Amino acid sequence: MKKYFLGIDLGSTTSKAVIINEQDEIIGRGITNTRANYMVATEIARLEAIYNARFSILKMKLDDEIKSKPEYKKYIEDIESVFQYLQFKRRLDKLIVQFDESINSTFEGEKKTTIVNFVKTIFNIIAPEIRHEFIFANLGNKNQFFRDIVSERYNKEIAKLGKEYFEPMMLIYDKSITPVENELTEFDFKELIFEALEVLNEKYSYLENTNPEVSDIQFDIEMNILKGNHKQVHESIKEHITFIANMDIHIANMVGTGYGRALLPFPEKSIKSEILCHAFGAHAVFPNTKTVLDIGGQDTKAIQVDSHGLVTSFHMNDRCAAGCGRYLGYIADEFNISLNELGPLASDAKKEVTICSTCTVFAAAEIRELLNVGEERADILAGLHKSIVMRAMSLLARSGGVRNEFTFTGGVARNQAVLKYVTELVRKNYGDDLKINIHTDSIFMGALGGAMFARRSYKD
Amino acid sequence: MSKSVSKEKSMIIQKEMIAGLLKELGNAKETGKKVVYTFVPGNISELILAFDMLPVYPEINALQSGMRKKSEGFILDAEKLGHSEDVCTYVKCDVGMMINGNIGPSGEKIPAPDLLLLSYTGCFTFMKWFETLKRLYPNVPVALLHTPYQEGHKITPEMTQYMVKQLKEEVIPKMEKVSGNKYDEEKLKKILANSSKVEETIIKIFDTTKNRPSPIDAYFAGVYYIGPINNGFRGTPEAIDYYNELYKEIMDRVHNGLGPITPEGEMEKERFRLVVEGPPNWTHFREFWKLFYDMGAVIVASSYTKVGGVYDMGFRVNPDKPLESLADYCMNCYTNLNLEQRVELLSKCITDYHADGFLVNSIKSCNSFSAGQLMIMQQLERRLEIPVGFIESDLVDPRYFSYANIKNRLESFFQMLEQRKLILE
Ligand code: SF4
Repeated sequence: MKKYFLGIDLGSTTSKAVIINEQDEIIGRGITNTRANYMVATEIARLEAIYNARFSILKMKLDDEIKSKPEYKKYIEDIESVFQYLQFKRRLDKLIVQFDESINSTFEGEKKTTIVNFVKTIFNIIAPEIRHEFIFANLGNKNQFFRDIVSERYNKEIAKLGKEYFEPMMLIYDKSITPVENELTEFDFKELIFEALEVLNEKYSYLENTNPEVSDIQFDIEMNILKGNHKQVHESIKEHITFIANMDIHIANMVGTGYGRALLPFPEKSIKSEILCHAFGAHAVFPNTKTVLDIGGQDTKAIQVDSHGLVTSFHMNDRCAAGCGRYLGYIADEFNISLNELGPLASDAKKEVTICSTCTVFAAAEIRELLNVGEERADILAGLHKSIVMRAMSLLARSGGVRNEFTFTGGVARNQAVLKYVTELVRKNYGDDLKINIHTDSIFMGALGGAMFARRSYKD
Repeated sequence: MSKSVSKEKSMIIQKEMIAGLLKELGNAKETGKKVVYTFVPGNISELILAFDMLPVYPEINALQSGMRKKSEGFILDAEKLGHSEDVCTYVKCDVGMMINGNIGPSGEKIPAPDLLLLSYTGCFTFMKWFETLKRLYPNVPVALLHTPYQEGHKITPEMTQYMVKQLKEEVIPKMEKVSGNKYDEEKLKKILANSSKVEETIIKIFDTTKNRPSPIDAYFAGVYYIGPINNGFRGTPEAIDYYNELYKEIMDRVHNGLGPITPEGEMEKERFRLVVEGPPNWTHFREFWKLFYDMGAVIVASSYTKVGGVYDMGFRVNPDKPLESLADYCMNCYTNLNLEQRVELLSKCITDYHADGFLVNSIKSCNSFSAGQLMIMQQLERRLEIPVGFIESDLVDPRYFSYANIKNRLESFFQMLEQRKLILE
């Protein structure tokens, strides 16, 4: 039987899981936001990685077909997206039940009736909307978390209600989403995947009768090809799907890391420091890495690595969150926007406003001051992003500077503006010929390192 | 770990020695003995003893207060007087103690100074510290002994002469005046002859960490071992006895293949050997130490145990040249070495004692030790290709000891060492 290895990175804001095979190739990734309940977050990430692994194996099996026939690629992407929707749907159903309970225990009389009706209306709007997005626009590929997807739409809807209902509607939202988020919803892969195939059939037959010119569905080449022959594609893939649904993904060993690693129910030898894991993961992807910068939710780490991927020294931020993801979270709150919008907004800047306060709390005051004197939001944000990166740069300097090659990892690496300043400042301080590595999997480096340690410490 | 912790004979001897000195200090006013306040780095206690005076070391009082959980209150009191957050916490702790009646950590009153002997070796704080003491004791004379910094890597004859001149013209006359005794060179020579014996034994003691397992911890236990020489016993027959006994005990451990003794008994398996730079944290000393021995980490050499004297690079006192020896001794003290010399010394320790890693405990409020530590660390990392670690704490300010932070970093550091062993084997 083939052996697989799991790495779990229990971070302060997100939990990541990576599954690798015996050749150190990533075959499964899972990610979820970490709230109060670390155990559930870990489990969700782990299960997600296992589901994802099945899809990866499917893609590997069909590699030749996918290369020669774009419709295969599209079809599999679609199943994955629908599959994610079905998981989402299960949790959404739970949420609706939870809303009922919360309303019952919080409100009475007429107010209660009004709120029940509001909630019903809202879900009647947002549930189909989300379904549509998952199925027709591949929302699943966008890597958003349950809470984010629901919040965004829910907030939009309550904004339309009268002011007096804002507070109570937010109250029951908070009361309902947390328990659902902190509860593990188990899925049966097989059941879900066959259900997904049904939904897909429905999608494609709907497409048959749709004119790309006047449709709200995004048509692309693959989609158009599928329009004529989805039944055939379905027939030829079905057998493979049955295979991956039935196959046993045997996790031979696992290693946990990250901020909350001590909470994982793993034996001591299977818990590794996040510094080691990030470095090892980064080194696996970029074997010439000498310096690693990892900006996570709670801390920033500058790590020096030798030619074996082993850490020779590291520095972490101490007593101050200014250089890390949490700071971005505060800033987003301060501007009343979501974390995902920060980077793009900052990238629109025409100039960078200098932000003097490196302290999170003072920066908030400074922002208000700058807005008062008429500075543009985008320009302020650009300045803030730059100041974060400058903190990271001083940490790098303390750890011995940047050595060639430089690899940037961690959740914050998904922020375009941060990336821009990291590249700019590393080049400026350490030279233009330095190789800078940034990978789409950067947020998974810690979990990858963990999985690699799991493989290396595995004994039959 | 074995349950019972047997008190070694040397520990008992040391306890008695220190208690005796404290008692003598407590009775100083009655017996008419004069008291000299001075510092540990480059402390010329032989000269103080030659005048039959008693030394008091403010840093030692501060660290003792820290270990007995009394420092926080003292520091807060000193801050109320206006001492900033960044001032060396040894200073604030002592100032707090003094304004609270100068009751020493062991509960006995510390007599006021009759002389302030400011030996200035590398740390600028010393100057400011004595300015503060001078304000607290306005009528007490101050003798300044300035030690030239070893900038050019070596001690020139002119430097020695410069110091001898200060001893002759500034320090000795003041000591004669305060003590009422004449300078007696023969007496000083005898005392120095004792010192030289102790130096030899100390070298041998700290060299036993060459063994595997190392029979001692040269940092956490090391600071106890250097207690007597830093606490006024340099050059005394008691010190000779103490160090002989200690050496004997340690050699017994070597012969029996035993590792170091910890507060919880014997350390069973030596997993990592480290060299540590920087003072330890005193307020959480036991917890701090435990983080190491729980992981099987033993410190085979540390720079802090050399603050009272660096013998590793060959320096020895020469009783035939007493004042020159004192001068050279001051110039050789660790805080007076330039950064290159420190790197050299540490690098020799890492190689000689086969360390697996190098760790810096950077002290938030100690400018003297902290300056250059990152540079030292990076040079050692590159030169010896050895894993290095960095943690931060404070001397005696408990507010600056973050257990979780330190633990997290140490765990990562130890895992670094472990992984290295695993992969490179
Ligand atoms: S060397 Fe450090 S601890 Fe000692 S007095 Fe100077 S600043 Fe304070």
